[in-house]
Amino acid sequence: MAVLILTILALVFGGILGFVAIRFRVEGDPIVEKIDSILPQTQCGQCGYPGCRPYAQAIADDEAEINQCPPGGDAGVQALADLLGSEPIPLNPENGEADDGLPMVAVIDEETCIGCTKCVQVCPVDAIVGAAKHKHNVLDAYCTGCELCLPPLCPVEDCIVMRAVEPSIKSWKWPNPEAVDEGQAA
Amino acid sequence: MKKLWRFRGGVKLPGFKTLSNSASIRQSLIPGVVTIPLRQHIGETAEPVVKVGDHVYKGQLIATSGNFISAPVHASTSGSVIAIDKHTVPHKSGIAEVCVVIETDGADQWHPDIEPCTHPNNLSADELRTRIREAGIVGLGGAVFPSAAKLKPTRPIDTLVINGVECEPYITCDDVLMRSRPEDIIRGILLLRRLVDPAECIIAVEDNKPEAIKALNDAIKKLKIAGVGSVNTIHVVAIPTVYPAGSEKQLIKVLTGKEVPQQGLPYEVGIVCLNVGTTAATYDAIYDGKPLVSRLVSITGPQIKHPANYNVLLGTPVAHLLEDAGVRHVDDTKLIMGGPMMGHDLPHAQVPVVKATNCILAEKAAPLENIASMPCIRCGACATACPIGLLPQQLYWHSRGKDFDKLEHYNLPDCIECGCCAVVCPSHIPLVHYFRYAKTEKAAHELKLKLADQARLRTQEREARLERVKKEQEERKARRKAARLKKKAATANQHNADGAESAAKVST
Repeated sequence: MAVLILTILALVFGGILGFVAIRFRVEGDPIVEKIDSILPQTQCGQCGYPGCRPYAQAIADDEAEINQCPPGGDAGVQALADLLGSEPIPLNPENGEADDGLPMVAVIDEETCIGCTKCVQVCPVDAIVGAAKHKHNVLDAYCTGCELCLPPLCPVEDCIVMRAVEPSIKSWKWPNPEAVDEGQAA
Repeated sequence: MKKLWRFRGGVKLPGFKTLSNSASIRQSLIPGVVTIPLRQHIGETAEPVVKVGDHVYKGQLIATSGNFISAPVHASTSGSVIAIDKHTVPHKSGIAEVCVVIETDGADQWHPDIEPCTHPNNLSADELRTRIREAGIVGLGGAVFPSAAKLKPTRPIDTLVINGVECEPYITCDDVLMRSRPEDIIRGILLLRRLVDPAECIIAVEDNKPEAIKALNDAIKKLKIAGVGSVNTIHVVAIPTVYPAGSEKQLIKVLTGKEVPQQGLPYEVGIVCLNVGTTAATYDAIYDGKPLVSRLVSITGPQIKHPANYNVLLGTPVAHLLEDAGVRHVDDTKLIMGGPMMGHDLPHAQVPVVKATNCILAEKAAPLENIASMPCIRCGACATACPIGLLPQQLYWHSRGKDFDKLEHYNLPDCIECGCCAVVCPSHIPLVHYFRYAKTEKAAHELKLKLADQARLRTQEREARLERVKKEQEERKARRKAARLKKKAATANQHNADGAESAAKVST
């Protein structure tokens, strides 16, 4: 009798679970989305993957550590550790040095550009415009500062350089009062 | 006697108003060079319409913008444009913004097209609005919001509030303006009233300015006798002296008992609020046709030898004013633009006076900062003093921890940075500084997220595009191959057919 009841229960619940699994199916992998939303979207590839989303996928599949993203810095590692319930680990120096926080954009020197379109093709966010044998230009507002377009990709020396975004009143930040306090005490 | 309400919190502060309000208005001398920033208002930067080398008249348009929330900029004196480049503007950061630099010729000659308007009452409301906008008038109380944008309310207005409260210590430019030009202010109000059509109009003045109240009442009486009957609905109301009663939302609460909704604007509760300086500037713009090229500035503070209010051409370097007023000890003087509560340090004395400059305060260097801040003892004095009803103590913890979600939860964006909490704090914690810091950090964080989202989207679109191009290429290849095969088959058929024909011929 007991066996029969349990079997019936198992079948009923199995049916419910099966129905729910089809009816409320989640498209895509939510954990990958969450990891991707923490990553800085520089698309620089310093992590060893061809962009932020592939790296997020690799973390989700347990193929990569969470400390391979220099632009995200230690704060990024911390956020990933919080999300995944793991311990924060220091950045892997093999992937490059942590960002110092100053936003940078690429600038093309119009005098030296030969119009080879190599940078146009490699830019992960389509922030470089130009056609073959015409001068190229960077759209500042979209450049993520990934440095993929820099030499050796660019065949001309000193053609593409990185430049810090000029501070403006809109982007200016008040200094941390704690730092100011300590500075005066010292 | 009008019924008044109270806003919560606030503090009583020593006024120090007598330092500068007893002297008469002084005309500042024309400096050798005026530096006029192209963004002196909230909103978009105006675009220059003059070139280096151009001669400009006083009041000539030098920069304009098509944006609704923006204001044109005019030359404040005659001379020639010697540069259009970046100069340090009066902002805490010391960052340079684009300015038009004019070498003055000393003639101070108005543009020949500027002439008084003989019948301002015949102008239509739209014409008035356009003239106010074209005169570059912005809120002169300190927030520098383009006034024309306020004067087209989208719902009926019950009350037009003219703000002559001037609640910050030391500042007296509005007080002196009300005493010296009361009639112009009333006439300015009559013009503005036509644009917003309120049921009543209140000029609010703190009760520590009895001369200003009397001057305004006398002017109303005089205009009434002169037959300008419509002044009947203008009332001067004395309100208790409590800081920050001059803050727009607090003033509205005191006068009407209404509260402006969170992050809302006064027109939502049927009120338009303008500063007395703005009203006088409107009078100048309509009656005299003169754009906003000068303003009253209080030069005051313990370090000033002859504190007074100066009529200053916009773009005049602060150092030029200080020369005239005299500074006691230049080396240990700290210059503040605005009052001691909400003002900010100037990076140096060469920055120009702008539309927002109501006061230059010269204090002894760092008297307050020397008192090191002590740990918070959770006394709650800040929460009692906050006129908005925020919890500064909680905001302080979360500002230090940069917990942006919690800061939002405790309504950081509603903080008006009045400084009441910092003044009453027994541990001398620079609370407002923490909140300003947290606000800019939060804005930077949000911008970063926005840019990341944008980059993510662009990457996805790029990948989709590459995919599409690849697919198209493959399709084209396949099509070409198919076409080639077909052609081949066709020629083979032809061949076969030809072969069959010739075979047939042969057989016959």
